[in-house]
Amino acid sequence: MSEKAFQRIYTHLTAITKATVTLEADGISTDELALVAGRLAQVVKIKGRSVTLQVFGGTEDIPTNAEVTFWGEPPALNVSDDLAGRFFNAYGEPIDGGPAVEGEKRQIGGPSVNPYKRRQPSQLIPTGIAGIDLNNTLVSGQKIPFFADPDQPYNQVMSMVALRADVDKIILGGMGLTNDDYLFFKNEFERAGALHKIISFVNTTDQPPVERLLIPDMALTAAEYFAVDKNEKVLVLLTDMTLYADALSIVSNRMDQIPSKDSMPGSLYSDLAKIYEKAVQLPAGGSITIIAVTTLNDGDITHAIPDNTGYITEGQLFLRSDPDSGKVIVDPFRSLSRLKQLVQNKVTREDHSAVMNTSVRLYADAANAKTKLENGFDLNDYDVRCLNYAKEYATRLLAIDVNISIDEMLDTAWELFGKYFTKAETGLKDKLIEKYWKENK
Amino acid sequence: MKTTGKVTGIISNLVTVEVDGPVAQNEICFIDLNGTQLMAEVIKVGGNTASVQVYESTRGLKAGNKVEFQGYMLEATLGPGLLSSNFDGLQNNLSTMTGVFLKRGEYTPALDTDKLWSFKPLAEVGQQVVAADWLGEVQEGWLPHKIMVPFAFEGTYTVKTIAKAGDYKITDTVAVLTNADGDDVDVTMVQRWPVKVAIGSYADKPRPFKIMETGVRCIDTLNPIAEGGTGFIPGPFGCGKTVLQHALAEQADADVIIMAACGERANEVVEIFTEFPELKDKHTGRSLMERTIIICNTSNMPVAAREASVYTAMTLGEYYRAMGMKVLLLADSTSRWAQALREMSNRLEELPGQDGFPVDLSSVISSFYARAGFVRLNNGATGSITFIGTVSPAGGNLKEPVTESTKKAARCFYGLSQNRADKKRYPAVDPVDSYSKYLEYPEIVEYLDEKIEKGWVDKVVKTKYIIRRGKDAYEQINILGDDGVPISYHEQYWKSELVDFVILQQDAFDDIDSSTPIERQQFMLNLILEICDRQFKFDNFEQCNTYFKELINICRQMNYSEFKSEQFNKYYEQLRKELSYE
Repeated sequence: MSEKAFQRIYTHLTAITKATVTLEADGISTDELALVAGRLAQVVKIKGRSVTLQVFGGTEDIPTNAEVTFWGEPPALNVSDDLAGRFFNAYGEPIDGGPAVEGEKRQIGGPSVNPYKRRQPSQLIPTGIAGIDLNNTLVSGQKIPFFADPDQPYNQVMSMVALRADVDKIILGGMGLTNDDYLFFKNEFERAGALHKIISFVNTTDQPPVERLLIPDMALTAAEYFAVDKNEKVLVLLTDMTLYADALSIVSNRMDQIPSKDSMPGSLYSDLAKIYEKAVQLPAGGSITIIAVTTLNDGDITHAIPDNTGYITEGQLFLRSDPDSGKVIVDPFRSLSRLKQLVQNKVTREDHSAVMNTSVRLYADAANAKTKLENGFDLNDYDVRCLNYAKEYATRLLAIDVNISIDEMLDTAWELFGKYFTKAETGLKDKLIEKYWKENK
Repeated sequence: MKTTGKVTGIISNLVTVEVDGPVAQNEICFIDLNGTQLMAEVIKVGGNTASVQVYESTRGLKAGNKVEFQGYMLEATLGPGLLSSNFDGLQNNLSTMTGVFLKRGEYTPALDTDKLWSFKPLAEVGQQVVAADWLGEVQEGWLPHKIMVPFAFEGTYTVKTIAKAGDYKITDTVAVLTNADGDDVDVTMVQRWPVKVAIGSYADKPRPFKIMETGVRCIDTLNPIAEGGTGFIPGPFGCGKTVLQHALAEQADADVIIMAACGERANEVVEIFTEFPELKDKHTGRSLMERTIIICNTSNMPVAAREASVYTAMTLGEYYRAMGMKVLLLADSTSRWAQALREMSNRLEELPGQDGFPVDLSSVISSFYARAGFVRLNNGATGSITFIGTVSPAGGNLKEPVTESTKKAARCFYGLSQNRADKKRYPAVDPVDSYSKYLEYPEIVEYLDEKIEKGWVDKVVKTKYIIRRGKDAYEQINILGDDGVPISYHEQYWKSELVDFVILQQDAFDDIDSSTPIERQQFMLNLILEICDRQFKFDNFEQCNTYFKELINICRQMNYSEFKSEQFNKYYEQLRKELSYE
C-alpha cells in the first residue's frame, strides 16, 4: 500500500479514545482509509467537518498533533494468481518475506451476489469423518462453523477437512490465532504438499485485536477473485469468529453504541451475515465454501455470538468429548447441516437419510437410558442394547478420527442396527430393510 | 419544485441532510454519489436537518453530497405481472438486473411496461364506482387479474369511458372516470401505493370462520389456522422453521403465496427459485411458481430495506386480496426486521426499550399483523390474507421482546422446541405449548363440524389431553422408575407416543407423508383415538412398550403409503389383526 503524492496532512486531533481518533477535515468519504501517526485507520463517522477514524493498531501514545493523511479509498487487496501460496497480515501485506503481490486493486467488503443469480449448491464435499459425512453432509457453497469449547481440537479437525476436501484453493483467515496455531497450520499445509493452493491472512494474538476486523473481508476478496474470475472451487477457513466478534464489540463500545445481548453490538447479526453470506455457488461453476470456528464458553450456544451465527450459517458442527468412548465426537444432536438433503440420497446412496435419522434416534434413546442409569433405575433389555449400541456408534462413526467412505459408513450403521435391534425397533421403511438389513451373525 | 439538500453527517447507513425546503416523514430521497443515486427514506426531522436511512451501502459518501427529495413515500407498483416475480425489498426486479453482483443504485422496474395484456372490461359506462371497484380483467397466467379503481381515489366516480376488449400495455389508459366535481381522470392498469399504509378499500372485515388447509398435521389437526388468520412460529435455530415455512408455501390451499425472505439466508431463497418452478401445486396441478411472489432481502442485503421488504410483501398481498384472492403471506423472519429497527433506533440515539429494541416495537408489530384478515369486498366477493411470520428468539429464549410482542398480535402460536428437534421429532412444533385461538371461535367449531365431522374440535381437545397426560406419565416414570409406577402409566405414556409418532411427526422429505389432505388426517386421527380409547391388559411394562412400538411401526408405514392404496390397506389389515389379539 502506498501513499499518494501531494496529500494534505492534518495535524490536529480533537478527540482520542482507545480505538478511535477524531479530527476536522474536508472532503472525506465514509469507509476511506487514513494513516494516523503511521498507523492504518478507517473513517467510521462523519459529522459536518468532524471525522472519526477507527485506528486498527490501537491509539496508544498517539499525540493530538499526530500526522493524519487520507487515502481517498477504502481498504483494498491486489488480486492475481500470484496470491496462491502466500501469507499475509490483516492489511494484505506479505509476512512470508516474499515480494508484494502485483495485480488488480479490489476494494474489500464489496457488494453481494444477486440472490437470483446464485445456483443451488449440489456438490458433495466428502471429509471421511462420519460425524460429518453421514450425519451432517457438507455441500460446496455452504457456510458452516465448528462450535467448540476452547479445549477441543477444532483447528486440527478443520485443517484435516480442508486438506481432504477436493477444492482448487484453500484460504485461511486467522483471527487471534496463537503463534503456535499459526505455525501448526503452516506446517500441516506444507506437510501435505498443498502450499501452492493455500492463501493465508493471519492476525495473531500478539497483534492488535481491531486489525482482525479486516481479515474476513481480505480472505473473501481473494476467494471471490478465484471463484468468480477463475471459476474455481474455493474453501475459506475462518478461525476464530468469536475473537472477530469480540473485536467488533470493542469498537462499538468505544463509539458509545448501546450494546445489545452479551455486550455485543446490535448489528452483530448483520455484521456476521455480511461475511458468511459470501459463501456461494456461482452460475459459472465457481464456488465459495466457508468453514469457520466459533469457540464457546462451556458449551453455551445461547451466547449472542454462537446464537447469531447459528441463525446465519447453514448448520453447525458441534465438537465435544464423549466420556463413554473416550473420543472427541461430532455431537449428532447439536450438529446440523442444512444443505445435507441436497446431496443425501441423490449423490449418496438411497438409504442415507433414513439411516442417518434412525441411528441418531437410537442414540437419543441411549441418552435416555443413560439418564435412567444415572438416576439409579434398573435398565430394561432395550436400554442395555441402546447403551451398547451408543458406545459402538460413537467409536466407529461419530469420532473425528474416522476416515472412511460414505458407503462404508452406511454399511457400518446397518451392521450396528442388525447387531443391537429388531427391524421394528428401527422403524425403517420395509423397502430399505429388505435391501440392506444385516442380520447379526 | 423539489426540496433539495446536502449531506452533513454519516454513520453507517444513517445520513443527516441539511434541507432547503419542506420534507415529510418517510419521504423518499435520492443521494447523489458521483452520479450513482442512492435511495433513502426520511426517518426523523429536526429543524432544517433530516435524518435519512439509506437503502444501500454508503461507502464513499462525503459531507456535501447533493440530495433530492421526491415528495412521495416508499411505494409499491401494483399491476398485472407481479405473479411469479422475484423482487428485492424495494420491489426491484432481481431477475432483470445485470451482472452477478448487486450494483449500488441499480433500480429495475417491478413490472414489464412493454408487455401486452388481453383486457376485458367489467364495468359499464355510466356506472358509479369507488376505489378498488373492478373496472376490467386481464388474464395473469391462470389468475383473473382485476383492474381496479386506484385505491388512492377518494369519493364516488362515474365511468365515462372504458376500453374495449383487446390488448393493452399496463401504462395504456383503460378507463376514464369522472369525479364529483366533473373532472376526468385517466386510469391505467398500474397504480402505486405507499407500502406503510394499509389498503382499506373493502366493505367489512368479519371474524375468520374457515380454516386454511396446509397439509401439515400438527397444524391442521391440532392447531388449525383460519383463512385470514394470523400465526407465528418462534424457534431456536436448527429446529426446522425454514422447512416448515417451505412446507406451508408448497402445500397451503391458497391462490397466491407471497414469501418475504427478510434478513435470512440467500441459499434458502435459491431453493425456492430452483424448486418451485419444478414442483406442482397439489390443489391445481400447476407449477408452484405460478402462484408465488418472492420478496427477498437476504441477510447480506442492505439492512434498511429489510423493514421495507415486509411492508412491500403485505401491500402486494392486499392488492391481490382486493381482487377476491386467498393470499398466504409468509415472512421469515420478523426478528430480523425488528433488529433492523433496533439498529436504526440505536444510531438515532433514541432511548432504548427492552434489549435495546425501540419502545414502539410492540405497536409496530401489532399494526402490521392487523393488516391481515378476511374481507368482504364492495361487490360482495371475499378475499383474505393469512399471515404467518417466523420469529428467531435470541438464544431460543421466548421471553424476549419480539416473541412477546408477536404473541400479543398473532392468534396461532407454533412454538418449535429444541428438545423435539434434538430427538429429530419433526416438525418440532411443541404439542403442549402451541395453540390456535381459532379453535375457540364458535364459527370455526361450526365450520369444522360441517367440513370434517360433527364434534371434531372435541376430538382435537381430547388428543391434546392424551399428549399432556402422556407427558405427565413420562415424568412420573422418570422419577419413580419403570417398575415404580403402575403399568397404566406406561400405557398412558405410550398412547401419547402413538399420537406423537403417527399424527404429530411428519416426514417433510417424503413424497407422500409430507402433505396430508384433511380427509386423511380425519381417518388417521379417528384410528388413533380408537386405539387410545381401548383399555389394554398388559402383564408387564416391557410387553406394553413392545406392543405399542409395533403399532407405531405399522401406522408409520401407513403414513408412508398412498392413502387407501393396496399397500395402505395391507398395513391397515395388519394393524386390525394386531389390535384383535389382546
